[in-house]
Amino acid sequence: MVVFLQGRHNIGTIFLIMDKCFQQGFDAKSEQGFICTKLDSLINWVRANSIWPQPMGLACCAIELMGVGGSRFDIGRFGMEVMRFSPRQSDCMIVAGTVTYKMAGSVKRVYDQMAAPKWVVAMGACACSGGMFRTYSTLQGVDKVIPVDVYVAGCPTRPEALIDALMSLQNKIRSERSARGLFSK
Amino acid sequence: MEKEKILSEMPFLSECKSSDGILSFDCPPRDLCRAAQILRDRFECQSLNDISALDMGSGMKSGRFAAVYHFFSHTKKKYVRLAAVCESAEAPKLPSLCSVFKGADWLEREAFDMMGIEFENHPRLARILMWDSYPWHPLRKDFPLEGREAPLPPSFEGNEEAAKIVPAPEEGGPFHSPSCGVAFVSKKEPRSRGGDCGKDIEP
Amino acid sequence: MEKEFTYPEPASLEADRLGEKMILNIGPSHPATHGVLRMKLELDGDLITRADPIVGQLHRGQEKMAENLTYNQFIPFTDRLDYLAPLCNNIAFVQCVEKIAGIGVTERCKAVRVICCELSRIASHLVGIAAYGMDAGSWTVFMYCFTQREKLCTLFEQLTGARMTTSYARVGGLARDIPEGWLGNVNSFANQFLPALDEIDALITRNKIFIDRTAGIGVVSPEQAMQWGLTGANLRGSGVASDLRKDVPYLGYENYEFDVPIGVNGDCYDRWLVRIEEMRQSIRIVRQAIEKMPDGPVNVADPRISLPKKEKVLRDMEDLINNFVLVTQGPDIPAGDAYFEAENPKGALGFYIVSKGGGVPYRVKIRAPSFVSLSAMQEILPGHHMSDMAVILGSFDFVLGECDR
Repeated sequence: MVVFLQGRHNIGTIFLIMDKCFQQGFDAKSEQGFICTKLDSLINWVRANSIWPQPMGLACCAIELMGVGGSRFDIGRFGMEVMRFSPRQSDCMIVAGTVTYKMAGSVKRVYDQMAAPKWVVAMGACACSGGMFRTYSTLQGVDKVIPVDVYVAGCPTRPEALIDALMSLQNKIRSERSARGLFSK
Repeated sequence: MEKEKILSEMPFLSECKSSDGILSFDCPPRDLCRAAQILRDRFECQSLNDISALDMGSGMKSGRFAAVYHFFSHTKKKYVRLAAVCESAEAPKLPSLCSVFKGADWLEREAFDMMGIEFENHPRLARILMWDSYPWHPLRKDFPLEGREAPLPPSFEGNEEAAKIVPAPEEGGPFHSPSCGVAFVSKKEPRSRGGDCGKDIEP
Repeated sequence: MEKEFTYPEPASLEADRLGEKMILNIGPSHPATHGVLRMKLELDGDLITRADPIVGQLHRGQEKMAENLTYNQFIPFTDRLDYLAPLCNNIAFVQCVEKIAGIGVTERCKAVRVICCELSRIASHLVGIAAYGMDAGSWTVFMYCFTQREKLCTLFEQLTGARMTTSYARVGGLARDIPEGWLGNVNSFANQFLPALDEIDALITRNKIFIDRTAGIGVVSPEQAMQWGLTGANLRGSGVASDLRKDVPYLGYENYEFDVPIGVNGDCYDRWLVRIEEMRQSIRIVRQAIEKMPDGPVNVADPRISLPKKEKVLRDMEDLINNFVLVTQGPDIPAGDAYFEAENPKGALGFYIVSKGGGVPYRVKIRAPSFVSLSAMQEILPGHHMSDMAVILGSFDFVLGECDR
């Protein structure tokens, strides 16, 4: 199925959608192959189900992040197994671990290099608020340098909690008004 | 007996008491290099396992800073400990052991970074855990746990507005100040309920 | 018959030189650097001519923290040192404190600690070889290793309530006795682990690509290794038979039968073999410990050190006061200093604790094996190709939480 979008600035965007779940609820034959839907929900559906995480693995939580990618928890069930270490290829930065002042500049730089739309998950107590490390060298929460969408508790966060956080990120994405951002400016 | 042999070989050492059974000696700083070399060559101490820098308290005029060296013999399976006390409290100095043990390189850099002990003849004495422009030596006893304001590290280049280095909140933490065992009372954790900082958080 | 293989020539220094130097920065956010290590390399074409590891991106001030916490309060921080083997760190720290105070722990406590140490050694080595395999281009071994590691995490969870940050040891004993049926679970883990390890072994160890990438690469001579102060599997990979469990036995390791595998060539391949074999030996130790697990209490009977039983705290005023004092002020450790090194999966984790009496240490110096391994990189990396860097870093199996503290 192919959807054509024509924007104000003549941006032709083509979505090639071959997923069954989108066709659920629509009888493609009776509608002669056309589907009417809101552009927002189309874009959000695409974005929410193909989050490519940027594993900003800093400390202990990074090991649980690896565990999420492993066979028992298998983040691939949610379309997020494509861990990309290049910020240009990823949508969601998972800040897993303690952010120190020495590292914070690099975290900020990697975040700046990510292409919009982008989201941030602060994984674990340290990334949320500095956690147990209230010391001279630790940034007290990554939200001091980059905006955070989802905070996850835990020290370290359990894999189930991270999956839950990513699912709530999906919910957040589903409620965004994406089309407006696409054509503005 | 190992102890007598070491003392007869190196008369400048003086034995000091230890509570863990490791052979311990006090060593004057100027003889430190020689002592390490003799330990390596004649007493089979092949590796320098650790250098611990100590701060005996800011009230001391001399002998405030010390470094404790732990050598290990892989053949005799024994540790030897040397302690060297810096003469000056303002500009503590010790000779570098890099020419005797290569592993001393980073351990000395760490001691320099954390305590501010200068190691003479070190090939590249620079900060290692903190960044180069950091102005303090954090493990000194007069430096507070929560830290002090400092310039940002170079990785923030072009992003100077992004963050500031400020003392970390300590209130409500389980901390004991080292001397009297009283909990710190300083800035509140920003997300804690109540108080000034918590006002912008919606219930 | 297994065919003998020959080692390839190490990267030639002179032949490939261009004479033009280039500085390449890798990290601190890079998959090959295992965390937040930053490498500044000077390259000549593809050859590394100078390597400068930049650490400290995870420096959290743990030593400063220790000076402001009681001994037992610091135990959760030791979890976050080498977060791949937290139980080992807990135990190494409390051993050092017990050394100052002259506390002898009970036999049952020793046996439980041995099981904990060896299980977390396996857990740590599993992540180590998983990451190492990934660095050498094998994704499958990662999945196999993590399958096993998850089983271990479940065991740790049954024992301590947490998958990774266990905080299980206490000065003079353990947080609690082992739960019922746990030893049986450990036993069945051990039974299924050995065939699984053989499978991992078969996947990689005789793999032509893996051997080509690791054999003859990153050679460290025994003298070099000792000069740099390398310890643990990295030192044994260079052919030095040095294992603190045998040399300076603690926790009654002298009563267990196990072998210390050592390498011959000191290259990346040998370090791999040593780690694989160490896991087998760990299983051997675990089985012996389960077999002769003594009965009795896990905490020393000294009320100045161990917390009273919960039932008594709820009933008796004296025990309640004792409990309160021990928790708020910590056990009183006499003045003195002690250095203790434990054979951790990454090498010898040393603690040098200076106590001036009271419940709070005056100074805690952590001798981090990863820090020492990384310091040797400036000598080991030059002369190798850029593509070998990932393999060499992987073979040394460091962890940045411990390196930077």
